[in-house]
Amino acid sequence: MSQVEAGALGPQPARSRRTTFRATLFRNELLTTFRRWRTLALLAVLAAVPILVGIAVKIETGDGDSAGGGGGPAFISQITNNGLFLVFTALAATLPFFLPMSIGVIAGDAIAGEANAGTLRYLLVAPAGRTRLLLTKYTTVMAFCLVATLVVALSALAVGAILFPLGDLTTISGTRITFAEGLGRALLIALVVAASLTGVAALGLFVSTLTNSGIAAMATTVGLLITVQILDQIPQLHALQPYFFSHYWLSFADLMREPVYWDDLVKNLGLQALYAAVFGSAAWARFMAKDITA
Amino acid sequence: MDQPSATEPDPEGAGGGAGDGVIHTHALTKRYRGGQLAVDGLDLTVPAGSVFGFLGPNGSGKTTTIRMLMGLIEPTSGSARVLGHPMPRASRTVLPQVGALIEGPALYGFLSGRDNLIRYDAADPTADPRTRGTRVAAALDRVGLAAAAGKKAKAYSLGMKQRLGLAAALLQPRRLLVLDEPTNGLDPQGMREIRSLVRELASDGTTVFLSSHLLDEIEQVCTHAAVMAQGRLITQGSVSDLAGGARGRLVVTTPDTADAARVLKEQGVGDVVIAENRVTSDPPEGEPAAINAALVTAGVRVRGFGVERASLEDAFVALTGEGFDVAG
Repeated sequence: MSQVEAGALGPQPARSRRTTFRATLFRNELLTTFRRWRTLALLAVLAAVPILVGIAVKIETGDGDSAGGGGGPAFISQITNNGLFLVFTALAATLPFFLPMSIGVIAGDAIAGEANAGTLRYLLVAPAGRTRLLLTKYTTVMAFCLVATLVVALSALAVGAILFPLGDLTTISGTRITFAEGLGRALLIALVVAASLTGVAALGLFVSTLTNSGIAAMATTVGLLITVQILDQIPQLHALQPYFFSHYWLSFADLMREPVYWDDLVKNLGLQALYAAVFGSAAWARFMAKDITA
Repeated sequence: MDQPSATEPDPEGAGGGAGDGVIHTHALTKRYRGGQLAVDGLDLTVPAGSVFGFLGPNGSGKTTTIRMLMGLIEPTSGSARVLGHPMPRASRTVLPQVGALIEGPALYGFLSGRDNLIRYDAADPTADPRTRGTRVAAALDRVGLAAAAGKKAKAYSLGMKQRLGLAAALLQPRRLLVLDEPTNGLDPQGMREIRSLVRELASDGTTVFLSSHLLDEIEQVCTHAAVMAQGRLITQGSVSDLAGGARGRLVVTTPDTADAARVLKEQGVGDVVIAENRVTSDPPEGEPAAINAALVTAGVRVRGFGVERASLEDAFVALTGEGFDVAG
């Protein structure tokens, strides 16, 4: 019972095994994040989008042959021919808002939420280490980006398989690829979409270090997201638009070309890396110097 | 308070090897961005093995000081050493050996009590994950929460949350425990348990740094104390020295209060105050028995006579000239 006598002198013998213990905070952080009711609710909303899109397309085309061309997200007119296209449609539908919004909520809450609850001071006194904690938080947010994207993709794949036929598919360029190759492209697209969100994740994390209110950080991040999306539509801001984190998001469709058109994809990933570097550093600088008064 | 302070039998030296104290600050100062001076030139020394009471009204700078000691707040100027290392620079070396309860517990409401402790333990890079389960169970047991370990923390009462916060501070063997208002929210039984826990830890050689605004709490468990008011250190030393610094009161219990007061004044003692059935005054310069003889000779029916020892509260009032609960 009395556990205080043993290590009363000197540092812990565990010091030499520190590398073994480094990952435990990350594991715990993942577990904690995905046990939050809020996280599960966000994932549920994301999973519901492909279901709604799938049912809507099914109803719309129930009597006629193919979905009306023109409107709606990319690939929507092809869903009735091949359920796999629901994956691309669902990602195209959620990428502009639902996906980055949920990232904004998780990233905005990362530090500010802990500060708000007071748990930040105990994590730092443990001592988690400020750099280690921030890296853990960013890694966890990126893991959430991946999980959120995969939830949309898998939900879409399941709904597509239930409601529509599956089979070989036609790329944007008009060539035929096998269903297996189509699945491979779908996975690649999901990974690119997840990577497209790392910029917002870094931005949200930076905002999160600025305030002690989780709600304020989430609202600010989502507000910035909406603002940037609006500015990206204004032609007069043409010169600035290539620097908006959302500008090249829909370039993932280029993975469905034959051969793949890499230009915008590379620009997108480069831009995300730039945002991650700039706002990641800003978050670090801010968090290192921050007085933890909450 | 006429109960003797509960001084541990010579805890000095048990913590060992910390040189000039487990905590040592020099001219430690914190000015917040608004310009408010929260801590002003603090020179504090906490001896190894002591149970150190850190006293002061709300807003006197106690918590800011504790946050600076724990590396949460950067001092504006001055220096702080904890366990012989400079803070906040040596946080990684120092903090695994320090258990802390700062401004009340903070918990993840959606996690069980046990999972809260597992999370805090995982945050410590020196904590061995292989012994985590055992250490968490032992800490829960120690604060009497073993039965409620599986309950979600949001269902805990304030007292249970306080205990869980304490358990987090006891996850590892510590050389120093920093407990900020540890009995807040506890019922009298809980307070007694915390006090006996503090004594038990201290007898094992852990230095305990205990902040409180409750004077009798400090008086009951602490060997040393420091008093802060408005960001400045007013005094520090052993509890008996501090209380001894204030003068006690001569108390005469008698139905003949007017006569007693007259005799006391004739005997030359100052500050005579008449209360119901009691006359109190400054203690006499010479032998108190002589005063008693004079009272009896004058026909005063003396039912009680003695000098009451000064409490820490008297000491505080003497030092600050104000009541203790005045917010700075």
